[in-house]
Amino acid sequence: MNTTVVAQLQRQFQDYIVSLYQQGFLDNQFSELRKLQDEGTPDFVSEVVFLFFDDCSKLINTMSTSLEQPDNVDFKQLDSGVHQLKGSSSSVGAKRVKNVCISFKECCDVQNREGCLRCLQQVDYEYKMLKTKLQELFNLEQQILQAGGTIPQVDIS
Amino acid sequence: MATKSTGGIEKTKSTEVKKKLNVLIVDDDPSIRRLHEMIIKRIGGISQTAKNGEEAVILHRGGASFDLILMDKEMPERDGVSTTKKLREMKVTSMIVGVTSLADQEEERKAFMEAGLNHCLEKPLTMDKILPYINHLLGA
Repeated sequence: MNTTVVAQLQRQFQDYIVSLYQQGFLDNQFSELRKLQDEGTPDFVSEVVFLFFDDCSKLINTMSTSLEQPDNVDFKQLDSGVHQLKGSSSSVGAKRVKNVCISFKECCDVQNREGCLRCLQQVDYEYKMLKTKLQELFNLEQQILQAGGTIPQVDIS
Repeated sequence: MATKSTGGIEKTKSTEVKKKLNVLIVDDDPSIRRLHEMIIKRIGGISQTAKNGEEAVILHRGGASFDLILMDKEMPERDGVSTTKKLREMKVTSMIVGVTSLADQEEERKAFMEAGLNHCLEKPLTMDKILPYINHLLGA
């Protein structure tokens, strides 16, 4: 094990994860997910977040269909999708996605189709951005483990 | 389809058999089901999952029983309010804890409680939130 390489990777990991919290991509719930992970379930966090991303993708497609016809928007179905997305994003710590859902719900409540379209685009952008960021984080984890190191605990508070 | 995680009766070093808490997780969201499964596992329980309220009702009709049911509110097929009412009609006496993102809206929370919940918690669920109820069930 090259301890210098491990230390560098660990430092990179710490700085990166802190930046994700500071930039508002993640909130404390993500820390709760990390606390649940252990040696027996080393892929728990990535498993949960990728289940979330899969669900995001499906919900966004469904909501996009609901918004297609300007004169026939099913706001009830849309609201149901937003509600589900808000719940799942809050459960994995996807802060920006959750925050867009709050605005999205407000647009659904007043049946503002243009507002809903903007929110849908924003949700799509934010979940894809988060997916890229977390993939980078998980790649760093793998590099640390392959170099013989351990994943550092990071105190976000 | 409902799924079941590993678990069962845990034998201690003495002759006494220590029962593990048996939990049913009812939620249409796969990431939330997985999160709740892990929380229950971490606190030493065993769990089964159901994708909606109808699956939960079917499990109980088949004779399943649980110490604790974590119940989502908004689900397809049968929602949490209807499921809770149905289970209470079926004389299910498990502790039922609602887990909902609508918990901060008082009217929805009240309707959910009136359906037969013991408690209602707001998502996201964490170990700290659920532990007092687990301890209560275990008589701690």
